[in-house]
Amino acid sequence: MAYLLEGILSVTWQQMAMYGVGLLLIWLAVKKGYEPSLLLPMGFGAILVNLPASGVIDQMMPGVGQVKGVIQWLFEVGIQASEVMPILLFIGIGAMIDFGPLLSQPVMFLFGAAAQFGIFFAICAASLAGFELKDAASIGIIGAADGPTSILVSQILHSKYVGAIAVAAYSYMALVPIVQPFAIKLVTTRRERRIHMEYRPGSVSRTMRIAFPIVTTMIVGFIAPASVALVGFLMFGNLLRECGVLKNLSDTAQDSLANLITLLLGITISFSMRAEAFVTADTIMIMAIGLLAFVFDTIGGVVFAKFINLFRKNKINPMIGAAGISAFPMSSRVVQKLAAQEEPGNIILMHAAGANVSGQIASVIAGGIIINLVTRYL
Amino acid sequence: MMENFFISLEIMAEGMGGIFAACLIIMASVWIMSKLSGKN
Repeated sequence: MAYLLEGILSVTWQQMAMYGVGLLLIWLAVKKGYEPSLLLPMGFGAILVNLPASGVIDQMMPGVGQVKGVIQWLFEVGIQASEVMPILLFIGIGAMIDFGPLLSQPVMFLFGAAAQFGIFFAICAASLAGFELKDAASIGIIGAADGPTSILVSQILHSKYVGAIAVAAYSYMALVPIVQPFAIKLVTTRRERRIHMEYRPGSVSRTMRIAFPIVTTMIVGFIAPASVALVGFLMFGNLLRECGVLKNLSDTAQDSLANLITLLLGITISFSMRAEAFVTADTIMIMAIGLLAFVFDTIGGVVFAKFINLFRKNKINPMIGAAGISAFPMSSRVVQKLAAQEEPGNIILMHAAGANVSGQIASVIAGGIIINLVTRYL
Repeated sequence: MMENFFISLEIMAEGMGGIFAACLIIMASVWIMSKLSGKN
């Protein structure tokens, strides 16, 4: 009966630490409601893959040879081989997004661009911290505030830190209501945060709503071909939504497809949370740089809005710039809440929503551009 | 390490430039589309 004790006797302290990480993620999901659809599967998966001789990852069995494990198989097929899971998720995300607030005030595109600054700041910080360029770029992409993009870029660049990057990206996305107000207050005065903005939306024709995903895909495809998988599937999902003749497919993409992929993505990514790869000092460093990326995304957007204000008669509330990150709709809600806190009745939600959806597009463009630029130096 | 840092600075300059260029082009195309469709 000694075999009954083999498992518990072979547990390492690193695996024990991962059980703690797994339980922490589950606690954050259940108790705090932080990105539960991702953090809960990741937390449970972290426990699954770290059980000694776990059957969910490939094992050598005496007399039988190699036995396939389901989570490793899902990772190899769904993420490593083709990045199909994060890419398919973009169909669902695209089908969920209403680009109307952005199309009625196209200037908001600029805030989406400015709020990607944290990505590049984090790449520089990670390089200074001694990470290889491909790992530094993968860590920087945490600042895209977009889980699927982070997973895809780090996987394409063959970073060995995919697990830590995914955990950081999703954790900080969940912490946007804490991180962003702090960063916004660092670079704005109370007076600036109280600026009112008039909302005069132009009507957006159906033709324009249909043409937008097609034109955007082509433009981004020509400029940053590595983004095509991301932007293309995001815009495909949006085209399903806007075409008006595929309601069933649009509903399926928004609901069933997005839920199914999210469920599988969380537990699949846990393969990269094996103790030997995760319990390192590098993981702590990645979490710290990831936080910097989010802070400097926010600062980049806000400072850019302040810069624009130098040339405008009707001032923009600089907090709009902070909403240019990809965490939708959380970031625009955070900005609106702050504006209402500073001055009750100040409504800037639609401006913030415009910047926020532009952040969705800008973050995938950033992902493609980074792949393009970094691979030149590898 | 410093070599990677300088490469990163270069990536920052080119990357931010590229993102702004892409967003400006999309912004211009949206403006043109809105003019063509006679709304907005």
